[in-house]
Amino acid sequence: MTKWDYDGPILEIDKLSISFFTRLREIPAVMDFSVTVRPGEAMGLVGESGCGKSTVALGIMQDLGVNGRVVGGSIKFKGRDLSEMSPEELRDIRGSEIAMIYQEPMASLNPAMKIGQQLMEVPMIHEGISKSEAWKRALEVVTDVRLPDPKRMLNSYPHQLSGGQQQRIVIAMALMSKPSLLILDEPTTALDVTVEAAVVDLVKDLGKKYGTSMLFISHNLGLVLETCDRLCVMYSGEAVERGSIQDIFDEMQHPYTQALFRSIPLPTADKNSRPLVAIPGNFPLPHERPHGCNFGPRCDYFEAGRCDSGEIAMHPVAGNERHSTRCLKFHEIDWQAPLAKAIQVESGEIGRPILEIKDLKKYYEVSANALFGGSQKVVKANETISFTAHEGETLAIVGESGCGKSTFAKVLMGLETATEGSIRLDGQSIEQLPIEQRDTALVSSVQMVFQNPFDTLNPSMTVGRQIVRALEIFRIGNSEAERRARMLELLDLVKLPRAFADRMPRQLSGGQKQRVGIARAFAGGARIVVADEPVSALDVSVQAAVTDLLMEIQREEKTTLLFISHDLSIVRYLSDRVMVMYLGHVVELGSTDQVFSPPYHPYTEALLSAVPIADTSVQKKHIVLEGDIPSAMNPPPGCPFQTRCNWKSEVAGGLCEREVPPIRDFGDGHQVKCHLREDQLNTMDPVITFAAE
Amino acid sequence: MAIFLLRRIGVMLLTAIALTFIVFVLTNLQPNLEKVAKFQGNVRMTDEEVTSWLGKNGYDRSMVARYGEWLGVVPGWTYTDDAGKVTGRCIDDDNADQAQTRCGVLQGEWGHSIVFKEDVRDIVFKRLGLTAKLMFWVMILMVPMALVLGVLAGMREGTRLDRSLSTISIATTATPEYVSGVILIAVFASSAVGLKWFKGTATSAMDDITFANFTLPVVTIALYGMGYIARMTRASMTEVMTTQYIRTARLKGVSFTNIVLKHALRNALIAPFTVIMLQIPWLLNGVVIVETLFNYKGFGWTLVQAAGNNDVELLLGCSVVAVIVVLVTQLISDVGYVFLNPRIRIS
Repeated sequence: MTKWDYDGPILEIDKLSISFFTRLREIPAVMDFSVTVRPGEAMGLVGESGCGKSTVALGIMQDLGVNGRVVGGSIKFKGRDLSEMSPEELRDIRGSEIAMIYQEPMASLNPAMKIGQQLMEVPMIHEGISKSEAWKRALEVVTDVRLPDPKRMLNSYPHQLSGGQQQRIVIAMALMSKPSLLILDEPTTALDVTVEAAVVDLVKDLGKKYGTSMLFISHNLGLVLETCDRLCVMYSGEAVERGSIQDIFDEMQHPYTQALFRSIPLPTADKNSRPLVAIPGNFPLPHERPHGCNFGPRCDYFEAGRCDSGEIAMHPVAGNERHSTRCLKFHEIDWQAPLAKAIQVESGEIGRPILEIKDLKKYYEVSANALFGGSQKVVKANETISFTAHEGETLAIVGESGCGKSTFAKVLMGLETATEGSIRLDGQSIEQLPIEQRDTALVSSVQMVFQNPFDTLNPSMTVGRQIVRALEIFRIGNSEAERRARMLELLDLVKLPRAFADRMPRQLSGGQKQRVGIARAFAGGARIVVADEPVSALDVSVQAAVTDLLMEIQREEKTTLLFISHDLSIVRYLSDRVMVMYLGHVVELGSTDQVFSPPYHPYTEALLSAVPIADTSVQKKHIVLEGDIPSAMNPPPGCPFQTRCNWKSEVAGGLCEREVPPIRDFGDGHQVKCHLREDQLNTMDPVITFAAE
Repeated sequence: MAIFLLRRIGVMLLTAIALTFIVFVLTNLQPNLEKVAKFQGNVRMTDEEVTSWLGKNGYDRSMVARYGEWLGVVPGWTYTDDAGKVTGRCIDDDNADQAQTRCGVLQGEWGHSIVFKEDVRDIVFKRLGLTAKLMFWVMILMVPMALVLGVLAGMREGTRLDRSLSTISIATTATPEYVSGVILIAVFASSAVGLKWFKGTATSAMDDITFANFTLPVVTIALYGMGYIARMTRASMTEVMTTQYIRTARLKGVSFTNIVLKHALRNALIAPFTVIMLQIPWLLNGVVIVETLFNYKGFGWTLVQAAGNNDVELLLGCSVVAVIVVLVTQLISDVGYVFLNPRIRIS
């Protein structure tokens, strides 16, 4: 149909500017943005949320909505300017020449249409092929994206599939008409780490197989390193640095890129060998951008009178024609200068045991039919969890969605009561005490920091009032004035200006809201704080600051921190001990060093290999887990991990399928729940190694 | 699915009993009974006479007992007067020996209307049939029009088409039936404008429905209900059009017509479907004005007569029917909802 041959670059964006128009003002979303994608090349687009990377994608698709408009520059696809095409021509190109993969697979599939229909539609529109041929093609592509039982898949509705399967369907849909350019907008953000690794692997393979060029939008530098050839870093609507992966990762020429790398934790380093450096300040709002360099106010190398004097253009980096940076001073900055030595912080003293958990079980009885009962099923959310947490210790609980880590938090908080086993806090049993029956002292000593700071603050109450309210509940302070004084102290503790007491939550940024959440949790002198993915909803540049804050308060207050996360990098960075969970079982428990080096539990090994690492000198063992996490409603017999385990064949006699493995102790509190013999476990190589050393 | 239905029907029966009990209590309050006694007996009865009349006619026992009798689960009352003559709820004339012990709604005895001098059951079903005809034609006209209006307005939010269609639907819903009915009669049926296309009364439609005698009542109700459904459909449609899967479809290269028809429509109809089903009971009682205005002696008209004349048994009969219609349409709407929305399909 409309596929035409063209020898030049697939996509040429030249000095593109896109603005959104509101009643009040014009809001520039993208300014002076240029990028070129050659055939078969994978281009990464990296930046924090709000930097305009998704707007670029929609601009290429010419789908900016009623308010958005391209106000300057051009987008050429295979030599033709997309903004000069008629709606019919654009429709021809969409789906057949340029296809897109989206962030949330569930939302981007039509819930009331069968998968098959949604896939078949693409070639039927663009190539006019018959229904039966389209069906055959759909079957082929669904097999290509490695989905089991393709026929059944095509006859299902989206809600019947897991998140990973849905994303594979979205990928299949994009590939139905063999497009020349594939735009991936944060394709794995909503997925678990091991599922993410499999999807990324798939995208890479398919890109090679179909020869498709890719524009990969992500905020995760590690992912971009694994998938792309070239990279463009965006900040506040502008491209700040552009070049090949090697150029940017090893010879960065822009302060923002450098700051970004310094603010992300790596699973290869802990807090002492490589402290995180948070980027000071906040991301500027589109209509409050500074004059001159957008990054100026947050930049270490800022020079008044020079960096803020006028527009800054992209400068090519000498000696490398395809590497350029938007910095005036890149010649003057010594990029190899070592990081100013951060103050070495001694890890807090680890004191006596505070929390003892023994054989804790939590089973839910659920009906097959939520409304009217039916046959009862038992969901084993937690199976025989035992561990001890000490005063001042950070214990990380790691696992993918559905592993039971949140259920455990609920039982500890008293939102649920345990089915069996015991939780002892300072010797007092609390596993059967629901939150309503806990006394004030107990409630205030076990507190929680939640994942999403946007939903956990009451939108119609000032920040100060919310903290005072917590103090009232904990019965701290005798008068309103006393409580107000304590509230202001708490704001100091979380490093928020005291003026914030009278602000509403909507006036705060995500990181600031999370600080309020932390202040609230520590308001009553908490002994144990459960932090449920406290930074995963925040932008990369503020994650570091919030993480450091949390650790600092913990050190001062000698609080026990239970840090729930799926992000192994941050776990490595801040925790003393790590507990790895899978389908309600604790599969490995030990100190951070023990867990991050062999012998591993096979699941820990796969989890480590799945983490994208933004470091070119790191080499990883490549382990891809097949399939999805089994449902807790219907767990496999024997070892919970046996359906996906790569080591299963090493255990003789199908033991893995019959028996739950015993907990094996390797000394120093390192426990692994696996049938593998000790000598087999000892043959494991480290997952992460440095190439150069 | 079968268990789902059985459970739903069980819940429905419980609801029906609760609702009819409430109506029974309200219609059988003491002042109301005194009025009945005076209406049946003598307007100038003394208080003592009223009390004795109520006693003779079985009204002097507890509310629950009387409700049980009316329902037919408790034996009907009997009264033996000084002359030894036995009267009772289930005794028609003199055949006290052959009478059933229980006679209530469950036995098919709905009581006797004091206004129409007929069996309540016969009246209710005859009138209900007439109203059903009216409702049928209203639905045929109203639902497709409302959906088309809503979808057209909602598919491109904020355009001139959207704004004009929305104005029309708000205007029709904001105009009460007694206003729009009178205007329609004045324009299309009277000599005021001169367009004598239709008849201003629907009395003849009770026997023989024609285009001339039935159009105006149908249009009057349909216009009023249409705006409401159209607004619901529009809201639902605009929401669907901004979802990500519509963007997916658009970026797949699907044409706008197909986006609306194949991708948006089914999802957009889920919310208004419940509203449409709710319109049926609303129509049943809401037709009162139109039936009175056009002198069409249907269910609504009967309800007015029963209420106006304190006809307790007839009122109760009407309310039973109304309750059942509401519950059945809700059941249908829930089942249909499941059918439209695969996400909540019962496994």
